[in-house]
Parts: sequence; C-alpha cells; structure tokens
Amino acid sequence: MQTIEHSSRRGFLKIAAATGGGLILGFNWFESEAATTTLTADSAIAVPGTDFNSYLSINPQGIITILSPNPEVGQGIKTAFPIIVAEELDADWTKVVVEQAPLDTKKFERQVAGGSGSIPHSWERLRKAGATARQMLIGAAAKRWSVPVAECTTDKGFVLHSVSNRKLSYGDLVTEAAQLPVPTDVKLKAIKDFKLIGTTVKNVDNAKIITGKPLFGLDFYREGMLFAMLQRPAFGYKLKSLNAEAAKAMPGIVNVVTFDNNVAVVGKSTWQVKKAKDALKIEWEKADALESTTDHNRLFRELLDSSGATIRRKDGDVDTAFKNAAKVVKAEYQCPFLSHAPMEPMNFFAHVRPDGVELVGPTQTPELARNETAKLLGITPDKVSVQLTRMGGGFGRRLKADYVVEAVQVSKLVNAPVKLIWTREDDMTGGSYRPAVRYRFEAALDAQGNMIGYKLRGASINAGNATREDNFPAGAVDNLLIDSVDHKSPITTGPWRAPITNFLAFAEQSFIDEVAQAAGKDPVQFRLELLNKAKQKPVGAIKYDIDRMKGVIDLAVEKSGWGKRKGADGKPVAQGFSVYFSHRSYVAQVGEVVVQKGKPVLQKVYSAADCGVVINQSGAQQQVRGCVVDGIGHAMYGNLTFKDGMTQQKNFNEYRLIRLNEIPEVEVHFVQNEIDPTGLGEPSLPPAGGAVANAIFKATGKRLRSQPFVEQEEFKGVS
Amino acid sequence: MAIFKLQINGRSYQADVEPDTPLLWVLRDNFGLVGTKYGCGIAQCGACTVHLNGEATRACVLPVSAVGKSKVTTIEGLSETGAHPVQQAWDTLDVPQCGYCQAGQIMTAAALLKRNPKPSQNEIDETMTGNICRCGTYHRIREAVKLASMSSPVGTTKSSKTK
Repeated sequence: MQTIEHSSRRGFLKIAAATGGGLILGFNWFESEAATTTLTADSAIAVPGTDFNSYLSINPQGIITILSPNPEVGQGIKTAFPIIVAEELDADWTKVVVEQAPLDTKKFERQVAGGSGSIPHSWERLRKAGATARQMLIGAAAKRWSVPVAECTTDKGFVLHSVSNRKLSYGDLVTEAAQLPVPTDVKLKAIKDFKLIGTTVKNVDNAKIITGKPLFGLDFYREGMLFAMLQRPAFGYKLKSLNAEAAKAMPGIVNVVTFDNNVAVVGKSTWQVKKAKDALKIEWEKADALESTTDHNRLFRELLDSSGATIRRKDGDVDTAFKNAAKVVKAEYQCPFLSHAPMEPMNFFAHVRPDGVELVGPTQTPELARNETAKLLGITPDKVSVQLTRMGGGFGRRLKADYVVEAVQVSKLVNAPVKLIWTREDDMTGGSYRPAVRYRFEAALDAQGNMIGYKLRGASINAGNATREDNFPAGAVDNLLIDSVDHKSPITTGPWRAPITNFLAFAEQSFIDEVAQAAGKDPVQFRLELLNKAKQKPVGAIKYDIDRMKGVIDLAVEKSGWGKRKGADGKPVAQGFSVYFSHRSYVAQVGEVVVQKGKPVLQKVYSAADCGVVINQSGAQQQVRGCVVDGIGHAMYGNLTFKDGMTQQKNFNEYRLIRLNEIPEVEVHFVQNEIDPTGLGEPSLPPAGGAVANAIFKATGKRLRSQPFVEQEEFKGVS
Repeated sequence: MAIFKLQINGRSYQADVEPDTPLLWVLRDNFGLVGTKYGCGIAQCGACTVHLNGEATRACVLPVSAVGKSKVTTIEGLSETGAHPVQQAWDTLDVPQCGYCQAGQIMTAAALLKRNPKPSQNEIDETMTGNICRCGTYHRIREAVKLASMSSPVGTTKSSKTK
C-alpha cells in the first residue's frame, strides 16, 4: 500500500493506492463550520460537534464505492450523499456502489440524522470530495497523453480528449491518479451543468428492501447472541419487589437481571423472552408525581396565567398596542403527547467484552450512543465500535441512546452478546414523546385591519421553550411579546420530527387565519402585507428570508389557483393556506376540503417548497409527500393520553396512525433556484395541519384549535 | 417444545419451538428469514404479512402449531431475484422510504393481485389500508399496485418453483 501524507489542513488527509490497485481518497475538512441543528426540544439531546469526512474509492474496473457516513432513517441520505459526490466526479451512476460507513469520528463529521441538517452541512464537502478526485483523474490522463489538462474533460466515468478523440476510463487511471499531488483548490461545477443532481434517482437499497434482505437493526443476528426485553416502570414509579421464579423456570430463559428500576429478561429467542417477561411478578412503588392527562389540561390553564413565564422576545410596547386596538383576537390551541412509533421498534445489539464494546443497530446519533456507553462503563470512547444499520424510521426517537445503553447494561450483566428488543407496547409506553403544549395567541388590529400587536405564550410539558420567537410574524409586528412556561414532568419527552414547529406551525398559521378573518382580509394577502412590512420596516432580528417565504407563497398560490378554483358544482372550492419556515427550508401549502354527506373531506394538498437545489427529485418528492401525510395524520388522529403515569394507548389498535384510504392527493412543487440545498426530512410537515384546518374552517365555519381533530367537538359537530 | 416441519418458499424447514410461538419469530429467529418484519405483534400493521397457501396472513399472530401442511411464502420466496411484478413495480416507482414496512406491503399487494388481477382503486385502497407505512409512502404504494396490475403475468408466483 502506498501512502501520501498531505499537510494541508483543509484537504486530503491521506491518499492511498490500496493493495487492490484502487484509489482511495480520504477527506477531512477541519475548518468546516459546525452545523447548527435545531434539535432544541430537549437540550439534553445536544449533539456534540463532530468532524466530517467523505470517502470514496475507485477500483481498476471503474467501480466507484462511495461510503455514506450519515445514518439512513428513511430520509434518503444514503442515496443523496453519493449523488453529490458522483455529480462532481462525473461518475457513471450505474457503476457506483454505496456502502454505509460505521461511526468514525476521525474520518467523518456530524454522523447524525437529525434537524434536517445532513445536506446543508455536507453539501460543499461532498462536492469537493468528488471534484478533487475528478481533477486528479484528469491530471493522470493528461500526463499519459502528454496534453494540457485544460484540453481534457470528463463524462460518465471517462476522461476525454476531444482534440484527438481519445478517452480513458477512471478505472484505467486510478493507479496513476493516486501518485499525483492532491489539488488544494478544486473548481466545482456550475449548477446549470449538473447532470445527476436534480434528476430522479432511486433509493440505493431498493433491491434489498423489496427482496427482504437483512438491512435493519432487528435483522442483525450473531451466533451465540442472547435476546433481551425489559419491563420498565410507568412514569413516577420505581421498582419495589420482583418475583422472577416463574419467568426463570420458563424454557429458553437464561437470566433475569435488574438495573435502574428495570427488569431485564434474557433468553434464547424473542418469543421465549416475551412470554417470560409477561410472567414476571413485579411490584412498583410511587417515586414521583403520577400524572394524568386530566392533570395536564388543568395545568395548562394555570401555566398560561402564570407570572413565571420566560420572555423570549419583546418588541415595542404590547400593552399600549392592545389598549389602542380597534379589535383584539384571542385564541388558544392545544396538542397532545405523541409517540414517534417508527415501524421498527427500538432495538440494539451490544457485546461488552474485556477489550471493548461492539454495538450494532439503528441510531440517529451513533456518536452519542458510543459516548454514553463509554461513560456508563468508565472506558474511553475509542474502545466502543458502532456499526450502523438502516433504520425502520426514527422521527427523532433514535436521537436518544437510552435503548443502546440498556443493551450495553444487559450484555455486561449477563456477560454475553445481547440483542435488546422493545415490543411495540414498550415503545408506546416507554417514553420520549412529542411534548404536549398549549398556546395562547393574542393579536391587536388597528381600524384598517393592520396587526399592531401580537402576543404568544407557550405552555408546555417538558418542551423547554415551546416557541420559535424569531420566526414569522416576528419582524412584521411593531409590538410583540413571546414568552414560554414549562412544567417538568416525570413523563419523558424528546425531539419528534420538526420539534416544536410540528405543532406550533399549525397553531400559528391557524391563528393568523383567524386574525385575517377578523381584519376582513384574504388570508394570503394578510400574510403578504405582514411580509412586506417586515421587508420595508423590519422590527428586530429575524431568522427567515422574506423573499424566499414570499416565493413559496407565490408558487402555492399559482399552483393551487388560490381563491379562484371552482368545483364540479360551480361553487368555489374551500381552500386553506399555511406557510412555514423551519430547518432552513420554506414551505407553503394549500389544503382543499369538500363537504361530503355532511363531513369535511380533505381532498388535496398543494405543496410548494424552497429547499434550494433539489438533489434527487424522487427522494425530495417522497419527503414532501411523507411529511404532508405525517402532518395530516397526526393532526387528525394522533393522541397519547395518560392515566397515573401510564399511557392509555399501548399499540396501534388504540393509537391511530393514518392509513392509505385516508390520504389526500398531494401535489408537490419546488422553487427552482441555485441556492445551496437545505434539508427536506422535516420542513414540509409543520404547515400541513394549518392548511387542513384552515380549509375545514372555510368549508364548515368550524375552527379546529386542538388536536387530534377527530376528537374535537367542532369536528364531531360538523354536519 | 416440539418439532414443527414447515414448507416455506418451496423448501422444508424444521424447528424445535413452543407450539404457541408465532410463525413470525420462527421465520426470523430460527430460519433467518428476516424479510418478514415485526411491527406490532397484534396484526394491526401488516409488516409481518406472509402468504399461507397464497392468502395474505399476519405471521405475528399465527402460532406455528397452526401452520400444519400449509405452504408458506415469505418475501424471500416471492421471487428469487425481485422479479415478481409487484417487486418490480415497487422498484420502478421507487416506493420505499425507510423500507421497513415494504415487504409486508408487497406481500399484501401480491396476494391481492393473485385473487384479483385487475383491482379497482377502491379495491386497492381497501386492501392496502390494512398495512401501515409510518413514512407515508401510500401514494406510491397505490400507484405501484396499479402498475403491477398492468404487468403480465400477474400473481403467477409459485413458491414451489423457488428453491
């Protein structure tokens, strides 16, 4: 193996011509700025800044292997990352092999699936990774032909010299390319010259998925591995006594152990462990408050009237504005706890050995899993390896490493390799939920229907700051007060797809609709007036780009025929509007509702997104549609309630998820521009609920202020 | 514990398990056929769907003792290479997001097309509504079933042809 060390801080660490004769390029960008993730629902989840490194190899046959370092949770990163590298490399996509990289903080940076942050964080690095390799391959060809580099071009895995009509494949050139110095200043393509980015590229794991090959954490088996399940206490309880005699006597059961108020059953098969778990005789005792949903509903009212709120943003003088208002609009909106409920329940493989720990499984934060494991065992993180499996969804649940640490605990206690499995009931009762929140909005209008004052208070249970104080309409209102008040509960919460905004956007965009109605203005026109004001006379700092927000509004208006569409009966179609900025992307949506047999039926959602350059049309469309379905599904049906610290829903027979016969048509549009791309795993979810609720209001005159819609009197009462 | 002999994907398998063990866990833990997924354990989500004599069946609630001489087909046996029209349609329309539920979706769709080669959209919706996709790939699932129904031949899979 030949190795060339490179001293540039911002460049290649190492080039090695591997024993197989292939070119392996390692990249490490020390000077890269840290990604700002928005996983702020639970500050305990703070993801430490990590190094990124992209990695590709080309073999003499021209097969290009691209390692994808970030965890694949269904957001399509395992396809999108390699597309970016392959574009700048001018690779033949049919010759690209994609492999999931393990956790490697020396080679890679920010191996996290969260905050819709992977694409914006890695865009430039991945492009440079491909472009650098391409430049070296050109250099090798130019040398062999003795022609100027400037006369050479590339296309689909070949270097071309059109003057002499010659070409060489990348595979032919790798060995020579590996000997060349690493260019420190590579030229990236003009966006208009992209050939692969922006096209329709299929999920790189399709072949394995449709034939049922092992891909997911739960599919991982190891010779001699034991299976484990835990019985955890309900929220507010601790372990008092355990009688495991019957369980231990059951076939296949190897051991029953306890730690941290959990009882772990370990055995030789999943089913044997499940049955033995059900046979445990456990007494729990009260250790904390035993909360119920009825307590939370009472608590919300107290919190909204509390004097202990934390001010998040204050512009102008709201008291005077409301005193001088011609009209005041006031409304409260509430959302329940939600389970993440990814289809693949939590699970992880752990083998604690004297020389280190092997971890294999589905995690959105492998580095956190490693560090928590090291902390638990009192060893250094380098003793812990983490292999990433494809994840059967995550939606934020797998940002936490609790289930990884459980697997480690059990492996250590029984001194064996263990796969820890959560049942669906464990998943639904076991915590880390989308927090429940109640908002109070107040708006002051002057005689001309201008919003001169705006107040928002977020009251929440384990959500921290349930507002996004620098988001719209901040900047557009002279007098504004945003504050929040949080209750600390034994019920654990965590980031749930589009944390906070997954509900705040519905509440805010519905309330803006109410204010527009009170002002006697078209809802879109009302929003545009506010944005124009923020553009011309901005109040304080804001985090959103006004022109991009207006851009998606315009696109949604155009595609939906806002306000002009007529149904088959010649009557105007009831449409509802919503627009939201989250995770660096902009999305406007229009919902269309018809009343059939006295019930509002959501027929269609038009979505217009600005996420900058679209990497993969297929993946991007999927993310938008999936977000809309997810947003609507949870707004309509999602509801996790509590009785004395225990959820009242334990599986999908009680916890309703949206199904195929409940989806509206979804039309997906993107603003076309050349802005650096931002993520799409979350931003199309927040506006969906508001678009639907506003359309239902238009169709029925009923205003839905709480979720799930199906449980609301306003919804039931529609006839 | 008892010995159970099963016919799966045209092959004979044998497992020494308790009679109430769901077929799902015998497939996964005993035979390494992990394409059939666990999602809920109570026949609510469809991730564990297999064919029992060609009929879509939830393996998570089917005790191994109840399988008897029935012919079991799992996603691994639907075709050897992913060539079944439903699998092909799933790839063509790029249906999967996370992919976890898709084996169950494909098995449900394949069974539908076997008994009803040209289903209406209502019939597709009615059948596919039994399977949850948490990523929300429902639009493409519906279109893929339609696409597969236009392929020929449809639903001709025979587990006995696979090895």
